[in-house]
Amino acid sequence: MEAILALEDGRIFRGQSFGATGERTGELVFNTSITGYQEILTDPSYAGQIVVMTYPEIGNYGVNPEDVESRRPFVEGFVVREVAPRYSNWRATESLGAYLEAHGVIGLAGVDTRAIVRHIRQRGAMRACISTETLDAATAVARAREAPSMVGRDLASRVTCPEPYEWTEGSDDPAPSLHVVAYDFGIKYNILRLLKRAGCRITVVPAHTAAETVLAMDPDGIFLSNGPGDPEPLTSVVENVRQLIGRRPIFGICLGHQLLGLAFGGRTYKLKFGHRGGNHPVKNVITGRVEITTQNHGFAVDADSLPDREIEITHVNLNDGTLEGMRHRSLPIFSVQYHPEASPGPHDASYLFDKFVRAMQTRREGGETP
Amino acid sequence: MPKRRDIHKILVIGSGPIIIGQACEFDYSGTQACKVLRREGCEVVLVNSNPATIMTDPDIADRTYIEPLTPDILEAIIERERPDALLPTVGGQTGLNLAVALAEEGVLDRYGVEMIGANVRAVKIAEDRRLFRQAMQEIGLEMPRASYAYSLDEAWRVIERLSLSYPVIVRPSFTLGGTGGGIAYNDEEFEEIIERGLEASPINEVLVEESVIGWKEFELEVMRDLADNVVIICSIENVDPMGIHTGDSITVAPAQTLTDKEYQRMRDAAIAVIRKVGVETGGSNIQFAVNPQNGDLRVIEMNPRVSRSSALASKATGFPIAKIAAKLAIGYTLDEIPNDITRKTPASFEPTIDYVVVKIPKWAFEKFPEADATLTTQMKSVGEVMAIGRTFKEAFQKGIRSLETGRIFSPPAELSDEDVRRKLIIPNAERFYYLLHAFERGMSVDLAAELTGIDPWFLEHLSEIARERRALQHLSLEELDAPRLRSLKRQGFSDRRIAHQMGVEESDVRQRREALDIRPVYNRVDTCAAEFESFTPYLYSTYEQEDEARPERRKKIMILGSGPNRIGQGIEFDYCCCHAAFALKEDGYETIMVNCNPETVSTDYDTADRLYFEPLTFEDVMNIYEEEQPDGVIVQFGGQTPLNLSMRLWRAGVRIIGTSPESIDLAEDRERFGRLLSRLGIPQPAHGTATSVEQARRVAGQIGYPVLVRPSYVLGGRAMAIVYNERDLEAYMTSAVAASSEHPVLIDRFLEDAVEYDVDALADGVDCTIAGIQQHIEEAGIHSGDSSSVLPPMNVTTGVLEKIRDYTRRLARALHVVGLMNVQYAVKDGTVFVLEVNPRASRTVPFVSKATGVPLAKIAARVMVGRKLKEFGLPEELSVTPFFIKTPVFPFSRFPGVDPILGPEMRSTGEVMGVASNFGAAFLKASWAAGVRLPRQGTVFISVNDEDKPEVPPLAKRLSELGFRLVATRGTAALLQNHGLVVQPVYKVNEGRPNVVDYIKSEHIHLIINTPLGRASFYDEKAIRRAAVQYQIPCITTMTAARATVSAIESLHREELEVRPLQEYHRLR
Repeated sequence: MEAILALEDGRIFRGQSFGATGERTGELVFNTSITGYQEILTDPSYAGQIVVMTYPEIGNYGVNPEDVESRRPFVEGFVVREVAPRYSNWRATESLGAYLEAHGVIGLAGVDTRAIVRHIRQRGAMRACISTETLDAATAVARAREAPSMVGRDLASRVTCPEPYEWTEGSDDPAPSLHVVAYDFGIKYNILRLLKRAGCRITVVPAHTAAETVLAMDPDGIFLSNGPGDPEPLTSVVENVRQLIGRRPIFGICLGHQLLGLAFGGRTYKLKFGHRGGNHPVKNVITGRVEITTQNHGFAVDADSLPDREIEITHVNLNDGTLEGMRHRSLPIFSVQYHPEASPGPHDASYLFDKFVRAMQTRREGGETP
Repeated sequence: MPKRRDIHKILVIGSGPIIIGQACEFDYSGTQACKVLRREGCEVVLVNSNPATIMTDPDIADRTYIEPLTPDILEAIIERERPDALLPTVGGQTGLNLAVALAEEGVLDRYGVEMIGANVRAVKIAEDRRLFRQAMQEIGLEMPRASYAYSLDEAWRVIERLSLSYPVIVRPSFTLGGTGGGIAYNDEEFEEIIERGLEASPINEVLVEESVIGWKEFELEVMRDLADNVVIICSIENVDPMGIHTGDSITVAPAQTLTDKEYQRMRDAAIAVIRKVGVETGGSNIQFAVNPQNGDLRVIEMNPRVSRSSALASKATGFPIAKIAAKLAIGYTLDEIPNDITRKTPASFEPTIDYVVVKIPKWAFEKFPEADATLTTQMKSVGEVMAIGRTFKEAFQKGIRSLETGRIFSPPAELSDEDVRRKLIIPNAERFYYLLHAFERGMSVDLAAELTGIDPWFLEHLSEIARERRALQHLSLEELDAPRLRSLKRQGFSDRRIAHQMGVEESDVRQRREALDIRPVYNRVDTCAAEFESFTPYLYSTYEQEDEARPERRKKIMILGSGPNRIGQGIEFDYCCCHAAFALKEDGYETIMVNCNPETVSTDYDTADRLYFEPLTFEDVMNIYEEEQPDGVIVQFGGQTPLNLSMRLWRAGVRIIGTSPESIDLAEDRERFGRLLSRLGIPQPAHGTATSVEQARRVAGQIGYPVLVRPSYVLGGRAMAIVYNERDLEAYMTSAVAASSEHPVLIDRFLEDAVEYDVDALADGVDCTIAGIQQHIEEAGIHSGDSSSVLPPMNVTTGVLEKIRDYTRRLARALHVVGLMNVQYAVKDGTVFVLEVNPRASRTVPFVSKATGVPLAKIAARVMVGRKLKEFGLPEELSVTPFFIKTPVFPFSRFPGVDPILGPEMRSTGEVMGVASNFGAAFLKASWAAGVRLPRQGTVFISVNDEDKPEVPPLAKRLSELGFRLVATRGTAALLQNHGLVVQPVYKVNEGRPNVVDYIKSEHIHLIINTPLGRASFYDEKAIRRAAVQYQIPCITTMTAARATVSAIESLHREELEVRPLQEYHRLR
């Protein structure tokens, strides 16, 4: 079936649909990961976005029940150059097209994805409309322009869990000894899997859970998750985070890192087209080592806005010099802009989970940890 | 980390001659390394025996030794040069083995030379399967179950102990590209392969291993720096499953059928491997097998150096692995090195690509009809092509047409389904053609997957190609509408293929396509999937929306490359193309390179200003021409590949510079060229042409036997033969004419016992400079590419030389040669005959350039854009001192059972050069460099034909004086005894035992001089020569070569070997 991708600046791409039919709008962004489309589709951080894969052959290994990062896909649309006519992998249970159809996600194939990427690179991420219904260019562009902007939009509240729950997936080996309360702003399962593997019992709580409620659970540490969109509208969350500073070890990833930055009094800003992929070089300025990281963010913390006396920059993006990680100079609080949980992507930064666990253990043993 | 300050002078070891398993990729890596190290202020000393390389150009390194790659010679160079460090990782297995030998013999310690990149310990762990296996166990990675054996008995015990079932893999230790290894499917094969493997291994060791045949095969290219940062540059998936050497597999980048979970597991394993093995800096290649049923992962092996795959990965991603590896070796870290392509981002990242890369090997089985053409774990291909497309289908189809098979594959008529299945089950060079054929016949993807073990994801795409092909058969040109044609082009179909399926002309499809305005665009290879702007015009064609070529308006010249390496056309032509780019760049032109061979220097994005990684077909070249609108196109440097296109391009209005395609065509057209020679009064052997058996018989009858027969328009003497009688002629005609029906067969009088000369010359339409007159050491009848030759010529009268010069100049004028020209002469009884003229760059251009110190190809390129020879201040003839000898290298050890006799059909894969102050010493060095270990002492076996007999006694006397024992067959022995020499007679193979082959096999013979005796003793001689190859005993098959060999051994006795860099030889002039 014919389908259209219309950008707010009037550019049109026409191709064939796969997956669901219908019409959606969202911010058009690209991801440069070669593998991992299933993880990307189910990453709640993509809520409100139409994702273009730069790698042209997608769907090759089908879809399986294990490689999901949340309960369902969150993308508004999925754009690829070529969708596999047949999938092949021993774990696969269905095709990408069937999966998207089952979850109501519109797929678009056969378009010049490189042209889209170059367009976004030059003009910035922008709103777009993906449709199998409105094939008229002008109408589709008008729909794109009607879509809400990413800036100032609270998407975390839309994707967070409705109620607190205990994470149970994975083996109890080692037996959990530390209790982590994890704020769910759109948390990826692999964060929970890795915390579990590191010996934690995890309570996942909704985005707007009050600080005192969290402290009442008597956690050993607090985790601030990744999530979609702009951190700035999440003012009450920032306030909660501010209240938690100094009470427990805190580890933040992506949106969690940005919220922490705001709580420390810093500023955030929107990047031209963001960082989305699995090959971003980040330098750990403490050790001098380079980590190849998974990234997925359209906003960033302005390093210059952070209070230098309290906050130390720990990680820097080697491509564009943006802030990738920070820590409190005296409290066991640290965060990274990238995704150490990978999934998809390289495992270079998984040491951060051990670091979090050590910080919690130290606290429990009554010691001090910067 | 700052650059190391303690390293000033670095020794770089090259990989020697082009052989199967080690080709131009190491010229590419070595050249990159040398350039980088010099730019960093290091003094570079280079050793390589291969004169056809860019790296041995005198301006690439500070001191360039074209010397044999042996520990003794290397020690002499180290003693003379005293380098601080040795970089062993850019010269292939040869460089690595040599470095280890130097370390183990204490040479490096003695002279205080540090190995950088990989230390000896790391190399040993990676190379020694036992140590590697243990290392993998320690980091919890699995390898296939296996154990070592040193005898057949032990091998049987391994089978029992590990309870292995067939198939079983046999891997000899320390051999190149798996030489001597194989897969055994039964007891008989097992015994055979074990024995061959034990033989091939320098330490007589083989690994008997659990089979992972049919598992999926992957490779990761990994880089590490001194700060222990590790990145993966590229993943490569072998389309052919485990069981076929990766060099013989069609491979794809990036990996296609792995989930992220599986890929990351492999990535973690690769990082663990490079750390465990301890490769400190640089690139490594790690191979994995994955069980398609359950995802089980096995580590297969690791190369602790840059490799063929890393050259491929560099070209596939735009990330220059060898260049970066060289920087890491002198202490830089990855984050300190900028990415050339994006300029703004560092090299410490993992390239991501937004296209599919397919590599397809090219084989040369037609040259070795007796060879086993089954693909196994031992590499047999001689070259490869790479193609880039936005999808697998597009890249695959571009790759197939890059192979230049010269024809559309059509399976033999009346092929049964059973025949097709067999072609799919047993891996062979044409398997992919048969797969497409099987799909055209309606085979299911599932069945094909079962028969081949190839992942259904790949097969589904092939079956789609087959489906499209079939559908095209029922289509008329009018029905080929824009959406349909666009879809076909997006799937990679060539105009030619579409035309073939529809039964119309290629030009019809092109016209239709242009009328519908369906034209390719050019995308950039940028390491980052367009996330950052690319500053490097490294381009490939595809049918998308946006063109990124952005041609410039400068004066520009397009150079057509030589495509995949093959026997007869290889690195020498790439060398010429690179030189054209270098020279014209220096002169201010924009240079545009078109080529599809990932191993080469020409496809380095640094070589020309713009690189189009594209098939060299009319369609693809015309498209680029139209895009770029260059001021000129050079076709005479890339060998036969661009020449075959030149007439069509010229007719299509392409501005071809240099010698006109008409002249090239005239020189190739026997009849017209014959008339030209007659008019010029230049003698040529009597000749004629024939298109039928009848005609051939008549022509040969007039000319008189023996005759030399060959199809027209071939390179490397393909299908060329010397025919002694009518019966053989008929046999030849029935096979050769069938092979090439478009062109007639050429029949020439064969000049027995003539001496051949190869002349390279430069001409500008007015003046002509003779660059070199090389004298063949083998006599006439042996292909010039297979003959050793010497510069300057020896024992030749000035009268003959004058004639050669005179003819060359007159031919250059008559053919209006602008650029390079090569003429082959045969001199018999004082008469100089012209055998052929090639008004283009020849295989010997790099050799002559190295010998004379004059960059011939650069001057030729400049002349082609309008400059005059006078401007370069060259003499009428270049001088050469002292003696430079070129010697070919053969792949016979790869093809057991093939008769290693030399003839008019070229079979060598590469060449080496020997330089010395006298002929004997130069020949000795060339022989060593070619891997021929001439004995200092021992026993020589002599058996020659009657014509050669008069020459034997003086030669035998010299050998005897050198202390050799003489052994000869009855006839020759009697002759030598009559001359007062002590000779031990020996049986021929059919006379009784122990015969000469028994002597060879029990290693009682150290040198063989055996000139062909004719048909009767054919079997006998073949057995001798095969045994010689097997036991690596020098086997000389011509008297001239025998004389040269004896001179070389005399030189060995005089112990006069010295090493000297090319720059010093050139300064002597």
